[in-house]
Amino acid sequence: MNAQPLSLPQATYLVAEREVTTRVRSKAFVISTLILLIGIVVGIVAMNFFANREESTSVATTGEIAATLSDLPGVEITEVGSSDEARGLVESEEVDAAVISSADSPTGTAIVALTEAPSGLVEALSQPPAVELLDPDGGWSPIRYILAIAFGVVFMMSAMSFGMPVATSVVEEKQTRVIEILITSIPARALLAGKVLGNTLLALAQIVLIVAAVAVSLVVTDQTEILAGLGTPLLWFALFFVLGFLLIATLFAATGAMVSRQEDISQSIAPIMYIVMIPYFLVIFFNDNPLVMTIMSYVPFSSPVSMPIRLFFGEAGWWEPLISIAISLLAFAAVIGIAAKIYENSLLRMGSKVKWREALRK
Amino acid sequence: MLEISGITKRYGERTVLDDVSFTVGRGRLTGFVGGNGAGKTTTMRIALGLLSKEAGSVSLDGTELTADRRRGFGYMPEERGLYPKMKVLEQIAYLARLHGFDKREATAKATAILTQLGLEERLNDAIESLSLGNQQRAQIAAAIVHDPDVLILDEPFSGLDPLAVETVVGVLQERAQRGAAVLFSSHQLDVVERLCDDLVIIAAGTVRASGEREALRREHSSNRYELISSGDAGWIRDEPGVQVVEFDTGRAVFDVDGEETAQRVLRRAVAEGSVTTFAPQHPSLAQIFKEVVR
Repeated sequence: MNAQPLSLPQATYLVAEREVTTRVRSKAFVISTLILLIGIVVGIVAMNFFANREESTSVATTGEIAATLSDLPGVEITEVGSSDEARGLVESEEVDAAVISSADSPTGTAIVALTEAPSGLVEALSQPPAVELLDPDGGWSPIRYILAIAFGVVFMMSAMSFGMPVATSVVEEKQTRVIEILITSIPARALLAGKVLGNTLLALAQIVLIVAAVAVSLVVTDQTEILAGLGTPLLWFALFFVLGFLLIATLFAATGAMVSRQEDISQSIAPIMYIVMIPYFLVIFFNDNPLVMTIMSYVPFSSPVSMPIRLFFGEAGWWEPLISIAISLLAFAAVIGIAAKIYENSLLRMGSKVKWREALRK
Repeated sequence: MLEISGITKRYGERTVLDDVSFTVGRGRLTGFVGGNGAGKTTTMRIALGLLSKEAGSVSLDGTELTADRRRGFGYMPEERGLYPKMKVLEQIAYLARLHGFDKREATAKATAILTQLGLEERLNDAIESLSLGNQQRAQIAAAIVHDPDVLILDEPFSGLDPLAVETVVGVLQERAQRGAAVLFSSHQLDVVERLCDDLVIIAAGTVRASGEREALRREHSSNRYELISSGDAGWIRDEPGVQVVEFDTGRAVFDVDGEETAQRVLRRAVAEGSVTTFAPQHPSLAQIFKEVVR
């Protein structure tokens, strides 16, 4: 009673399933994921806490000024009889500052402090000039910078932390020689596709968990308006991420196949590492350069980082991400073809690193 | 029947296999012997499609092998290897699933074969925690868990203790009885001699002898006889047509020039004293091996 031989998709599924279960069962993986998620939640909640913390300044002042100061937020007033009494309290460090009436000052009041005047108080008692902005949206935008770093970091870290295991697992199969048994059981393409898909699923799952952690933390800290603004770019990011990661994982698998020992991996995958890191640096340095960002949003490896940012700021037309996705898909088809060749030509070669020329022949 | 015909393999200028041809019959164990670097592993890898060849063909039951058909084969590579951190049962079941069995069936088959090989207490241990001998058993399980009808095993007995050899021999014979074609290589000539039905001897990339084991032994027997008698057999030196190989008072090993000479020697021996042994000597596999590879 012989079983039916597996079809290519079935074999691919089995390989992917093994990749996922092996990884999910590893303690190191579970613990590092948990630490990452806890870090995100704690980070967002803590930032919110410190940003909203009421910093109250204790101020000693006389009766008539106390009435005007009482409207200021974060000011705790101690009413005293005279200016000298107020000075005394500052000297004895019972209050942070004293506000006294002063004929020399244009506002009619003066601040007395020990070493440094509390900046909030200075600001509150100053009279700002009128400001008119002609281009309020132009110039350096902190949100843009933060988004660029966030997408850049998430993409680079995920590509590395999930791309490396693809290469490692290919080399592990070569190093332990289990490859000969696998390759006589299923087609090499199924092995390659299964590895890439399994690890892409894992990476995507981690991205979803990160997004969920961000969303939950924002809801908990009542920052839902940021969440609403981020929703669409996050979805685009996820979509572009999957495509970009499929490409990168395929390249990791192919270059991993070219060596036989774990020690040689770093040498073999160096070119892929550059491909992963370059978009990160470009987006950090050029996130406000429209030309560079537009080009990047069409290049397969950098589009996951730059297209969502352009979409968030309404700089890209609705058709632009679609064209970019089409380009990514074409690139993926081409890369799969080349990677499968490298993979099949290199899998059974043991010893020194397989040369690119040999890996790509026929 | 697995038929290997006219296989030639070159690495650059060096010819490692030259017109290698032999057959592996169904229901039979075929032993593949040869020295280091003789070409055993290369031949097996070509039969499995893992290596390309310059000339020749590999066919099964008269049809040239395709990649799909080869995937039904069972293979034990020379370089052993399984996933070190995977559990034994899980691993063997996974390999069965890669051959198309569903999960439940694969687990049942893996459990059965591992039990038969004596690993029933190690099912949930990681491969890397097993002794080398037990890893070897797991490797054999990996080759046969999917009931292949063609088995190609590279040195399946190396590293096994005598009891384990017996177990593995039993498993292989059972597979052959069910109609599988089994080809295995080995350095252990005594095991091969005892176990296999057919033999292929390879040296320096060419097949030096192949065929049924007994036929080979007859073919290579050299009219050698052994005589053990109670008296002094010194007279044998003077018999015409006799070449004495070994002599020790009552015992003589000698070659004769024909059947009649042998009968004459026997009659003389009986006349001279009481004969305890008079028998033709079949060469051992080791002797045939030495002779053909020379």
